[in-house]
Amino acid sequence: MSAPILALRGVSKSFGPIDVLHDITLEVRAGEVLCLLGDNGAGKSTLIKILSGVHQPTSGTIEMDGRTVTFDTPRAAADRGIATVHQFGGTFPLMSIGRSFFVGAEPTKRWGPLRIYDRRTANEIAVKAVRDFGITRIDDGDRLVGGLSGGERQALAIARALHFGARVLILDEPTAALGVKQATHVLRIVNEAKRRGLAVIFITHQVMHAMSVGDHFTVLIRGAVAADFRKGEKTREEITDLMAGGASMASLEAEIEGYMASHEGHPPPPHA
Amino acid sequence: MTETARMSGPAGTSGSGRLGALLRRPEAGALLGTVGMLVFFTIFGGLGFLTVASTASWMNVAAGLGIIAIPIGLLMIAGELDISVGSMVPAGSMTVAIISGHYGLPIWLGIPAALLLGVVVGLVNGILVVRTAVPSFIVTLGTLFSVAGLVLGFSVLITGTTSVAITAPDLAKAIFGSFYIQGQFQVLILWWLLATCAYIYFLHYSRYGNWVFAMGGDKVSARNAGIPTERLTIVLFVLSATSAAFVGMCQAILFNSAQVSGGQSYIFNSIIAVVVGGVLLTGGFGSVIGIFLGTVTFAVVNQGIYYTSFDRNWSSLIIGVMLLLAVLMNNTFRKMALNYTPRKGNR
Ligand SMILES: Nc1ncnc2c1ncn2[C@@H]1O[C@H](COP(=O)(O)OP(=O)(O)OP(=O)(O)O)[C@@H](O)[C@H]1O
Ligand SMILES: [Mg+2]
Repeated sequence: MSAPILALRGVSKSFGPIDVLHDITLEVRAGEVLCLLGDNGAGKSTLIKILSGVHQPTSGTIEMDGRTVTFDTPRAAADRGIATVHQFGGTFPLMSIGRSFFVGAEPTKRWGPLRIYDRRTANEIAVKAVRDFGITRIDDGDRLVGGLSGGERQALAIARALHFGARVLILDEPTAALGVKQATHVLRIVNEAKRRGLAVIFITHQVMHAMSVGDHFTVLIRGAVAADFRKGEKTREEITDLMAGGASMASLEAEIEGYMASHEGHPPPPHA
Repeated sequence: MTETARMSGPAGTSGSGRLGALLRRPEAGALLGTVGMLVFFTIFGGLGFLTVASTASWMNVAAGLGIIAIPIGLLMIAGELDISVGSMVPAGSMTVAIISGHYGLPIWLGIPAALLLGVVVGLVNGILVVRTAVPSFIVTLGTLFSVAGLVLGFSVLITGTTSVAITAPDLAKAIFGSFYIQGQFQVLILWWLLATCAYIYFLHYSRYGNWVFAMGGDKVSARNAGIPTERLTIVLFVLSATSAAFVGMCQAILFNSAQVSGGQSYIFNSIIAVVVGGVLLTGGFGSVIGIFLGTVTFAVVNQGIYYTSFDRNWSSLIIGVMLLLAVLMNNTFRKMALNYTPRKGNR
């Protein structure tokens, strides 16, 4: 097994009085997909925001290639090759594909005494990068991002992240809100990134998605690592239970079925 | 729409393709508005509207408004608003008039002082917005009143009146405040055109323009992409406050006097020009040419009414209806832009 590219050592994070992460230790390796699992509010997004320089840890350290690093800004993390597609973000609906792709790293060319944005180059590179991931429907970099489908947008965000020489790709729920076909497409992109030798951190609520790409699984429950295992070490049911915060899904399902049987097929009312 | 786009061939070079591309641009509505208003007033104002005097009158109005409206528009594209310009115009006038008129100090001291005041108020606006996360409407509402109060207070304290006379030397007048071409066109028009070109470069051709759009589209994502969103926000606020102070300063030099009041109309007028110009109120979409055309449209309605047989009170009605029409039209065009797929049928 290769040495980890990126590692967290005993990282904790508090927002004022709220403790969100407790003593997290994890490692990601090149060519490996780490699935970060956990219930809503478990702290997954906060964890990857620390890895991508959005937040700084309250205590503990981040290591890259065995050396301690600090990411003061998202830019600092990006410069080190950590590319992140955040939950609910990453693309700009009213911007063109080319412009959106290069936000913060616009190609320019000389125009007399001035430097101007190089639209043609930007569009060409952006369209090619997205098409390389199999989204061949995109062929005009002037199209607005808002007119793309969810999967195409996700592909654009991932392609963008990879284009700038990433070594670690972090995806926060990239398959949420996607249809079956588009989710499959994103999973294929994850596999492609892995094949290219990147380390991938993949967050999802879908067990099937996690199992189809994951090599390594870390489960967070209320901000702490509750389980850490490799592919094949746990069954689908066990993973599902862990993802639900430790509650046994099977017994929960049995309870619901029992309720429905005794209430003429009606599901139980939601608890407050 | 897709039909015409598809028929126009791969390069989209036929007439209908070009029209389609034009309609998808942010300034499409503004262009129609400008042309519509010019035609309207040519019909109802007749030859009077086409005279040099009439052209000068609307261009003079457009110049002052336009210099302020463009930075306001940039702020709006970036997802912010600045209404403090309403008191920055008189603040700029009074500063130069008090320093160089009342105290009789050199104009070359009064002019930078007026601009510096703009920079300071812009910094206050920008820093407050960035640091406190209070909506910029509220922050600049606060500075609108504060600056108005300061200007009135100091003016009465120093000069004892609310109106100060100033006589600028010839050179300053020639650059900032005089009439040219049959004594009808303000030199401010030239400043407006130059500023428009500079802003077109900034927003549409420099990389910083891309940052402005990204910020307005999704501020958090923009920051995550490495854009210095806070610094850029502050710069935009400094631009708008300084531009307003500049216009006020030029007016004082042009009219040889400055008043404490009279800037409030710039607040709504600039917002109207910007929105008619196709800028999306919630940010992320717009163009400098659109704002330019929105300004022209506003000025034409504002001044053109004098050349018709209508009572001038109707101009507010026209502007109100035009604003609503523009918003509806711009929404339609924006949807067209979003749904545009080139050569859809081929694949
Ligand atoms: N900036 C913040 N300030 C205060 N609390 C925060 C902040 N960001 C996150 N939290 C809290 O930290 C906890 C974990 O949030 P986080 O977004 O990391 O969860 P998550 O695992 O990504 O959940 P989901 O699956 O719903 O996306 C939540 O209780 C949240 O309210
Ligand atoms: Mg999350």
